[in-house]
Amino acid sequence: MSVGRALPHDAAALHVTGRARYVDDLALPTGALHLAFGLSQIARGRAKLDLRAVRQAPGVVLVLGPEDIDDMPDCSPSAEDEPLLAQGDVYYVGHPLFIVAATSHLAARRAAALAKVDYEPAPSILTIDAALAANSRFEDGPRVYTKGDVDSALSASDCIVEGQFEIGGQEHFYLEGQAALVVPGEDGTMVVHASTQHPTEIQHKVAHALHAPMHDVRVETRRMGGGFGGKESQGNHLAIACALVAARTGRPTKMRYDRDDDFIVTGKRHDFRIHYRAGFTASGQILGVDFTQYARCGWAQDLSLPVCDRAMLHADNAYLLPTARITSHRLKTHTQSATAFRGFGGPQGMVGIERVMDHASHVLGLDPLALRRANYYRGARPLNGAAINTDPPDTALRDNTTPYGMRVEDFILHEMTAQLIKDSDYAARRTAIDAWNARQPVVKRGLSLTPVKFGISFTLTHLNQAGALVHVYQDGSVSMNHGGTEMGQGLFQKVAQVAADRFGLPVGAIKITATDTAKVPNTSATAASSGSDLNGMAVKAACDTIRDRIATVVAPELQAEPAQVRFEDEMVRAGRAEMSWTEAVGRTYMSRVSLSATGFYATPKIVWDRIAGNGRPFFYFAYGAACSEVVIDTLTGENRILRTDIVHDCGRSMNPALDRGQIEGAFVQGAGWLTMEELVWDDKGRLRTHAPSTYKIPACSDRPPVFNVTLWDEANREETIYRSKAVGEPPFMLGISVWSALQNACAACGPAWPDLQAPATPEAVLAAVARARA
Amino acid sequence: MSIRFHLNGTPVEAHATSTTTLLDWLRESQGLTGTKEGCNEGDCGACSVMVTDQAGARALNACILFLPQIDGKAVRTVEGISGPDGQLHPVQESMIAHHGAQCGFCTPGFIVTMATAHLNGRRDFDDQLAGNLCRCTGYAPIIRAAEDASEAPVPDWMYDAGSSNADTSAPQSSDELADWYLAHPDATLIAGATDVGLWVTKGFRDLGSVAFLNQCADLSGIDVSSETIRIGAMTTLTDLGAAIADHHPSFAELIRRYGSVQVRNAATVGGNIANGSPIGDSPPALIALGARLHLRKGADRRDIALEDFFLDYGRQDRQKGEFVEAITIPRQVDRLRCYKLSKRFDQDISAVCGAFSIRVEDAQVTEARIAFGGMAGTPKRAAAAEAALLGQLWTEPTIATAADAMVEDFAPLSDMRASAEYRMQSAQGMLQRYFLEDTGIATSVLDIAP
Repeated sequence: MSVGRALPHDAAALHVTGRARYVDDLALPTGALHLAFGLSQIARGRAKLDLRAVRQAPGVVLVLGPEDIDDMPDCSPSAEDEPLLAQGDVYYVGHPLFIVAATSHLAARRAAALAKVDYEPAPSILTIDAALAANSRFEDGPRVYTKGDVDSALSASDCIVEGQFEIGGQEHFYLEGQAALVVPGEDGTMVVHASTQHPTEIQHKVAHALHAPMHDVRVETRRMGGGFGGKESQGNHLAIACALVAARTGRPTKMRYDRDDDFIVTGKRHDFRIHYRAGFTASGQILGVDFTQYARCGWAQDLSLPVCDRAMLHADNAYLLPTARITSHRLKTHTQSATAFRGFGGPQGMVGIERVMDHASHVLGLDPLALRRANYYRGARPLNGAAINTDPPDTALRDNTTPYGMRVEDFILHEMTAQLIKDSDYAARRTAIDAWNARQPVVKRGLSLTPVKFGISFTLTHLNQAGALVHVYQDGSVSMNHGGTEMGQGLFQKVAQVAADRFGLPVGAIKITATDTAKVPNTSATAASSGSDLNGMAVKAACDTIRDRIATVVAPELQAEPAQVRFEDEMVRAGRAEMSWTEAVGRTYMSRVSLSATGFYATPKIVWDRIAGNGRPFFYFAYGAACSEVVIDTLTGENRILRTDIVHDCGRSMNPALDRGQIEGAFVQGAGWLTMEELVWDDKGRLRTHAPSTYKIPACSDRPPVFNVTLWDEANREETIYRSKAVGEPPFMLGISVWSALQNACAACGPAWPDLQAPATPEAVLAAVARARA
Repeated sequence: MSIRFHLNGTPVEAHATSTTTLLDWLRESQGLTGTKEGCNEGDCGACSVMVTDQAGARALNACILFLPQIDGKAVRTVEGISGPDGQLHPVQESMIAHHGAQCGFCTPGFIVTMATAHLNGRRDFDDQLAGNLCRCTGYAPIIRAAEDASEAPVPDWMYDAGSSNADTSAPQSSDELADWYLAHPDATLIAGATDVGLWVTKGFRDLGSVAFLNQCADLSGIDVSSETIRIGAMTTLTDLGAAIADHHPSFAELIRRYGSVQVRNAATVGGNIANGSPIGDSPPALIALGARLHLRKGADRRDIALEDFFLDYGRQDRQKGEFVEAITIPRQVDRLRCYKLSKRFDQDISAVCGAFSIRVEDAQVTEARIAFGGMAGTPKRAAAAEAALLGQLWTEPTIATAADAMVEDFAPLSDMRASAEYRMQSAQGMLQRYFLEDTGIATSVLDIAP
């Protein structure tokens, strides 16, 4: 059985030898052009372009300003509010103003720098405060989700904690920057090679830009050099610009952003401000919480509405909130349009409630872990090998509902937390750290254990569908295609394991092919951690269709009913009779029965009203918990992680090696977000941290020196592909344990609440130490 | 111009402009696309290549490496890390076995850096790989892979020799350079190109007349006498770090965190001084050690205290046609401590870099040299703080007074690395740290074991 095995990534041998090809590595047809954008230097105002020097620069073939494009294409994935080029008005520093097409990448970049732009600056809105003052927002007003009467609950509380804090954004820093290559074909057709998580969106937007039907545009994506959400919508501009130039010139056209341009042009994780007011009993039971989330969405809508929805949907995290009000302001500012990033708002929402738990335990003088566990949702019925679906629903969990009315029926964090407490030796280390801190005047340690409960499904319900196309050739070899994209997460291998398992073949017998809109249409983005859940099921359906056909053909010869035919060990068997897979395939072909099938899957059970904030947006939840120990220097605020222990829920893992890779990588990325990764804009709206020289993602030595990861091996209670669980995003939020541990270390410096902000740079830590001592 | 070198074991000749980067040449004219462009400024390591010359093999960033810098050397890219018959290198096998690649884009750079470290028998993997960024794995499987491969023998094909037919039109000695520079005083001198590289790749600057100094053998190297440690301007930070460790271990520790392996293998001491940056890390340490700078113009030589070289932001005491020949550090009892403060420990530019050398005799401060980077428009001494220490008792009140005096020394700026207030506060904190460390109290988070 191939499912469940710790097989390497399907392209591992190509990766390590440099033979894995990315868009920029594809051999270009002759005459190819290279594009660069000229970018706005001001945040808001009007820009008048003088492009004469650009047009005369060496190697330049074509320059397109706004006046050169009659019908400006739109690049937005949502609201049609992102024209490809600014049309007079500019809305952020980095706003594309014009396109240069030249004979080389360098020539295009050099030429773009030669534009003379006459700016007429206008007042800009850059911050949350400025946006609030100007009532600059998306949607008419804030969204509000409520559960019960939070005001009464707060007034009945023994203790109210109130606070407000900032959570910085995050640059994706996929190692491969955005890239697209468009090759024009005959009769107006275009083939697009794009580094994208969403080939169908690229197809749709390119077709729209060319006024062509979608069938004229074929998008192919073999792999991305990292995506993390940053290639869900942000690749549209490059593909559209290439298609426009290719259509005008008839020449193949490639565009890739230089790293600085990538930082300056594209959206990042939304930065948030969260205000909270939470009521607790003296013994630490939460009675209600009132959250106000302010999200800086940037100049265009992009995916900000569902991102902010998901932040609201994770404001409870693992805690049963008897009453809650969550208010979300989606603020429009003259900065890059913030976009999807692993967790999609969930992390920001979750940091809010974890912050409340830390603050409340500080005020109440209770152990933060005890306080957290006391407020967990009630646990799911143990599986005990019995029927997995809790259908009909467990009535004991009737009131175990989220602030958006979804019953939590699969809560397993009680057991997982108990395991982690044991694995991490939490209690003994807590005592040892307190004693150590008492002896140390300069350096202080902190320890924290935080849980993760993350909802799995796109909250835009119709996106929860996937298709697949599987061919079995006469020689028994298998070609597999589905709508998911490979960005390093190992999706292709996991899904190939499914196909191999269905056919009883070794995984090497399955050829994984590039995602291609001509093979599987109308796909959803590979996002929301949904890749293997959706595409695994679609591939399974396609394989099973073919399997059934083969079984029907060979059953008589095996003297069995088709339903009795088994596919295993490269054999097709029934009872003691058997024939080889290849022979069975050959007979099916000779019987004139199709060996090709599509497969389709739509996630069941989900119903969601995003305006009312009510329903079941998620098929299930994925869980995890992390315990991190940190140390801080109270003279400079420097800090580092000393140890992290993780227990994470992947359901029945389809590939424990790939899942572990997701967990380790996501944790470090999450810890980076809350510690060293700081985006800084100046008062002119210029991003000052626009390259890896100034924006610091974790390096090798920033991972925890002691780093223990355990997979919680328990079947998904819902019927997912092989009872596995999604793993792309949930472990990102395990990084919150680091931030919470830093808060804990700062709190060891004095009696007051340290009010640590995020990211916890050395500067932020030193400020928190000072507050603790005040 | 024509550059000859060995590429993956085969002699090649490249025809390109003097500022064509190795990365562009590999990818665009050779179709060797295994070497990736991640940042185009030497910060991510996706373009790492192994370069071998008489001094041995080292990893360098191809994106800011101009072709003339590899003239006469041997280059090995990821395509040449596997054997001629496609056999995998032990680090490649190990990376597969340990799931060290996810998206795979950073992987070729890691493979080259790992294979170079493997060749050199290095096992300090956190340092060896600090210049390679990975956004997917969280590094743990990569380190597991590196450790697992460390015992394997080095494959034969990894041993390169330079082709030794370097173009001799570049200056071959400091004398030749002195004459040439006098005749071309507006030219740009290129040492390691870790700074100048960005003028080209990011700033699109046309450098005009350039001289590559990598063949001026007499400009590099370290001579230790009973009186001084003399460091040639072309000495790389890697070589300086190795040589200074016995004399001033804290300086070596600072250099360990200076850039990355790839950057330190290219960057030179002379370049770090001559570019006049207020945030270069070696000047504060050298100033605290009382270093003198040796300048040369034609046949004329002069030497000045290093701190006097830095006149103002972007302005140095260097005449047209004059270049940095060497720097000397007086031999002394080691009292140096260097503190580098940045958002990330490795490969980050300092928000504040403090260097302290304070001598205490009979509980009294008898000498104090304190210099900072990041606190002013130039690397600068903390004169008022030094004065507040000198002749005083080595006690906490003295430190507090000296820390207060620092506000007279500096009016730092706020920028993306730190606010002015924080810079001042942490600079004062560093002085306190120096004192507390001297009394045996734990002060560095890097020294705390899990």
